[in-house]
Order: sequence, then structure tokens, then C-alpha cells
Amino acid sequence: MEDIWRPACDLKQLHLRAQMLSKIRDFFDRRSVLEVETPLLCQATGTDPQLDFFSTEYHRSPKNRTMYLQTSPEFAMKRLLAAGSGSIFQICKAFRNAEFGRYHNPEFSILEWYRIDFTLWQLIDEVIELLTELLTGYYVAESVKKMGYFEVFKEVTGLNPLEFCQESYALYASQNSIMDAIKICGNDHSMWLDFIFSYKIQPSLKNLGICIVFGYPAIQSSLARVNIDNPLISDRFEVFIEGIEIGNGFFELSNAEEQEKRFNQENKTRELKGLVAVESDKLFLDALKFGLPDCSGIALGLDRLLMVMANTQALSDVITFPLDRA
Amino acid sequence: MAKYSTNEFKAGLKIMLDADPCAIIENEFIKPGKGQAFNRVKIRNLKTGRVIERTYKSGESVEGADVVDIEMQYLYNDGEFWHFMVPDTFEQYQADKNAIADSVKWLKDQDICTMTLWNDSPLTVTPPNFVELAVSDTDPGLKGDTSGGGGKPATLESGAVVRVPLFVQIGELIKVDTRTGEYVSRVKD
Repeated sequence: MEDIWRPACDLKQLHLRAQMLSKIRDFFDRRSVLEVETPLLCQATGTDPQLDFFSTEYHRSPKNRTMYLQTSPEFAMKRLLAAGSGSIFQICKAFRNAEFGRYHNPEFSILEWYRIDFTLWQLIDEVIELLTELLTGYYVAESVKKMGYFEVFKEVTGLNPLEFCQESYALYASQNSIMDAIKICGNDHSMWLDFIFSYKIQPSLKNLGICIVFGYPAIQSSLARVNIDNPLISDRFEVFIEGIEIGNGFFELSNAEEQEKRFNQENKTRELKGLVAVESDKLFLDALKFGLPDCSGIALGLDRLLMVMANTQALSDVITFPLDRA
Repeated sequence: MAKYSTNEFKAGLKIMLDADPCAIIENEFIKPGKGQAFNRVKIRNLKTGRVIERTYKSGESVEGADVVDIEMQYLYNDGEFWHFMVPDTFEQYQADKNAIADSVKWLKDQDICTMTLWNDSPLTVTPPNFVELAVSDTDPGLKGDTSGGGGKPATLESGAVVRVPLFVQIGELIKVDTRTGEYVSRVKD
């Protein structure tokens, strides 16, 4: 039996992580982007039905108050932006319940940053610059590619991801050894996209180095704006390295009304799925009502990035004490 | 039988799938940052031995399978059933042709085998990794040839046919790896 008091990762990964963090700080220092801190323990959390959160009780006599460990620093950072902080970045922990596996640990490190007045394209360029700096000497990317979600989905599967046709999706599934998708996804367009993207598209990005996939379907817009020219897509992109999802970026939704609508929609979905209802983050909505400056932002998973730099196969190879040793 | 949530999936867990008992070989958690989580598992059907891949929506529950592995001593074959005994309790089980399957060719009285029971009935029998069996038939071969080049087929007392070096003779006891069906060595009495 292995000594599980010991770190799961090789000690050299401690140095690699420290080095990565100092390079990140230097990168943003040179660009005059301010480092900030926001609470991990929050009064509210996201309504996203796909994110399972940790909650706890704050002992406040006579009645306890439910608090949440943040699933991402997004809401708090946007409150800073609305208050006039200017461009900011943060390195912090985020928590997602019931996520544990080769590429998941329920507590993980995030680098999140927001750039005032940046278009999505400017942010994508900055992401590539940062990745290039961090990866130099550790990982040689076969290529750096930018591709549309629609294009790559269509190319790999022949299906149109923006218009749902249950019949053709099911036919594709039965002909491409993902039969289980038919029963699991049913008539849920978004779930079909998640299934096919995870099983077919992501593996196809494996040998393509760094891939930026932009223009996610509007039904998966999350906190991104819907594209002004094409209402079927959103101004959202994801970063993949070797087919591993590393980050998710938006041209940020700033319309409070639209945001509230999405929260309510998500809460309805939660109800349908039998999940507990979550109160919308009122302070966040108030900040949006006050006014969020036009900005683009992204969150990168630092543990996964470290995995790429260290050329290891699992998140536990770069984390000191993953869930089973924490 | 208990139900298991996908969160409890791990290699070795026994679950029911399409009315057959199965064992999870590999479990992978898949989740896009902003999307649905899935568990992609490799599963062995314990009845047929076939390995298939299945996907579950994370959070789903599946029926567990009451499957246990027990070490038992092989006693005898009555023509229809193969009889085994748990050494500690003297409890006896009889396995039919389906449960014995290919293991039949390695069975030798007294050997300790692993029997897999499903709802207390024999499902499969796994022989020991190494067995010692006498050669009942093989070509006399060339005396003195120890080059070990080609080898020759030899039929063992249990009915198995394995490739052995040319110097192995009828009546000799040899050690065989049952997982690969390969000859390991001669056994000196």
C-alpha cells in the first residue's frame, strides 16, 4: 500500500507550478492588468443546472445562513468591473461538487481575467500569447488553430449543430458506436451537443496542438452574449490543448434583464431535473443593472494546463493532495 | 441488491446490465465545463466474458449485481456437473457446462480454483494461474534436440493441448500458465 499521506504529484511539479504562477503574474503586470481577490465563501451561487456546488452553514444566531463555495469567481469579479476596477485577473480555487476523474478534481485552480473593451478576438489573441509564454520549453504545439464550432462539428460528424434534428442525430449515433446517446439525450438538443462534442469532436482535436473553438451554439451561451449577426451562435469560445478542455471565454453578457431571464430559465431546468432551486445572485444582478463595461473574459484551468506542461496523463499527477488524499 | 450511483463507479464494481451481471473494468468521468456530465465505462459481461462500452448520465443509479469470488477446491466431474468445495466450510457447489466453459481443460482434482457466484449460483470458474499436468500424449521427437526452436503439440491429462519443447516426453509433469495457455517448465518430482 502506497503512503497516502504523501503528495500525489512528484515534488518537481511544485516547482513547475510556482514557476507558472510567477510567469502569469509577470504577464499581467506587463499589461497593467490588476490582480484581485474575491471571496471563496459566498452568499449566492450560480443557477447553472450542470454545476453541482458545495454549500455550508454560517452560524449566525438565531438562524444559520447558507453559504456556498464558489464554482467560479465570475460574479464577484464582474461586480468589481461594474464598480470601475478596470481590467483584472485572479488566481484562485473553485469548487465543483461530484466532479472527480482523470481530468477533474472537486477543488481546482482557476486563472480568470477580464479585459475592458476587448473584443472576443482580442482576448483570443491574448490567450494564445499567454499560453505560448507559459508553454515555451515544455510543450511544442503542433499548430495553433482557430475554428468555428459549426464548421468543426459539421466536418467531423456531417451534422448541423445549430439546428436540431433528432432523427439525423440518432442515425449518426447508431452508425458511430455511441448508441447510448439516443436513450440518454432523447430530444435534448444541448445534451446531444455535449455528448457528441465529448465523444467525437474533442478526440479529433487531440493531435492539433492548441485549438480555439469559437461560436458556440446560442443554446449553450452560458454567460456570453448572443452573436449580433447570427442569433444561433454566441460570442463564446473554448481553448483545447491536445483535445483537453483548458478554458472558456466570453464576450460578456452585460444586459441585466437578459441575465435574469437566463437565471430563471436555468432554475426552471433545475426544477425539471429535480435539483434544488437556487436564488439568483441579487448583488451580481444589481451590478449588471448599474452597468458592466463592455469586456471579454476567460477562465483557464491551471491544473490542466500544468498537466500539459508536465506532460502527464492525469490531474492527480500535478496536484499535491487530490480528493482522495485531501 | 443495493443500487450504485455513477459516483461510486470504479474498477471491480459488479452491476447489472441488460439483465446480466457485469464487472466494471474502467470508469471515465467526462464533463464539458459548461455541460452535461457522463460516465463512460468499460464493462465485462460476467456470463459471456464479452467487454463492451457503455455511457451513463452522471448521477444515474444502476442495480448492483450480487457477485462474489470464492476459492474452491475442484472435486470431481459426474458426467454432467463439476463439483467444487469451499475448503473452510465444506460447502459444495456444482457448476454446469456453461459455468465451466473453457476452464474444463485445466481442471485437476484437488486444485484450488476461483468460482464466481451470482446470487449464490456458479457463474464462472477460473483455474489457478499455474497448473501442473502430466503429458498424456506427444510425438516422441528427436532425442538430444534442446534447441527449443519449434516445439511440438502435447496433449495433457486434463485434455488441454499446449506447445512444448521437443525434449518433453509422455508421462512427464509440466507447468502451464492457464492465462496464456503456454508451457512454463518441466516439474521434477
